[in-house]
Amino acid sequence: MRQVLDIFTVAAVSAGALFFLVGTVGLLRFPDPLTRLHALTKADNLGLGLVVLGLLPQAEGFLAGVKLVAVWLLAQLAGATVTQLVARAVRRGGPPA
Amino acid sequence: MSTGFALDAGLVLDAGLAALVLAVAVGAIVAGTAFAAVVGFVTYGLLLALVWVRLAAVDVALTEAAIGSGVTGAVLIAAAARLRPAEARSAAERPGVPLRLAAAVLSALVAAGLAMLVLLPSAPAPSLGPAAAVHLPELAIGNPVTAVLLAYRAIDTLLEKIVLLLALLGVWSLAPDRFWGGAPGQPHAAQQDGALALLARLLPPVGIVVGVYILWVGAVAPGGAFQGGAILAAMWILVMIAGLRDAPATGGRRVRLLLVVGPAVFLAVGLAGFVVADGFLAYPASYAKPLIIAIEVVLTLSIAVILGLLASGPPGRERQR
Repeated sequence: MRQVLDIFTVAAVSAGALFFLVGTVGLLRFPDPLTRLHALTKADNLGLGLVVLGLLPQAEGFLAGVKLVAVWLLAQLAGATVTQLVARAVRRGGPPA
Repeated sequence: MSTGFALDAGLVLDAGLAALVLAVAVGAIVAGTAFAAVVGFVTYGLLLALVWVRLAAVDVALTEAAIGSGVTGAVLIAAAARLRPAEARSAAERPGVPLRLAAAVLSALVAAGLAMLVLLPSAPAPSLGPAAAVHLPELAIGNPVTAVLLAYRAIDTLLEKIVLLLALLGVWSLAPDRFWGGAPGQPHAAQQDGALALLARLLPPVGIVVGVYILWVGAVAPGGAFQGGAILAAMWILVMIAGLRDAPATGGRRVRLLLVVGPAVFLAVGLAGFVVADGFLAYPASYAKPLIIAIEVVLTLSIAVILGLLASGPPGRERQR
């Protein structure tokens, strides 16, 4: 059982890391701010989500697991808000000089 | 412990982290605009917090993330926005090559000196740690960092809070006379349906609980007044930026009271030490823990208000009477 959980952790965290990598490549390669934001949100949502999912079986007890999920939810909330704010600033007149 | 030359995963992580910190630091220095430099500085602070975690100094990491990166970042962004009209002019006045070269050489020398001290320590490195730890159980404070900060180094901690107050006075003194005592800056435009307003409504309940928890847990685990106060201040700043609540008049009696209550109680307990204990800032043995926690609670309040007002900037409106 322990081994199955460990394999699950490695697989999920690796998949999360892959999303972070893809998101970073998108951030560097996409042509304009809105598409770059789109790439970033993938790293935030899915990347961090998969890392948290993978770490859940390794958490020491129920409360530690809840803390991990809370970290993911808070990062989601902050990420979504900042994305909105940056996108609004871009629509109003481009990034600050 | 790593065995011989085996590639240690932790070592690789540390080396990568150190390289990243250096790269971001250089990036912040050579950044073209003040805004870009501030973004670099905030990133640098967050990476530095990770470095402190790797060094098992979680107390320092929390402080670095909350104050060094978070609140200072907010203050610097406000400063960069204020300076923007003058930015082109000051960029034209940047120092010549010889001066910049001299600064670079001097910095490199200091860095080399520090590196030498770290890499060639006089073995074993001197430490007061064991001597300090001997008496810590008498305080019944489980977190040695909090115990040292409020017992052995109480005078440093007290002066640190007074320096914060002086910094706030420095910011306030930038205001013209007619605005003295008025509310800081202009009110932020409220966007009741915007994403920021939503965040400013959802996050503070969570943030306030976390801030109070960090203060409370500081007695036995990493945390304390400074970190908790910074988190509370961040929640307040968020509410003010979103325009949900305006910043208070800096001359208000309640605001002034909150600003000084922490340092004042700390000072009062310190002076009481002359009568009930061995001297200034000494605690009577049987009340050490409750006294330290009481000081931490009022300090947290004052720190939160000081940091929030620091980030709000100098008074910019006439006082309403």
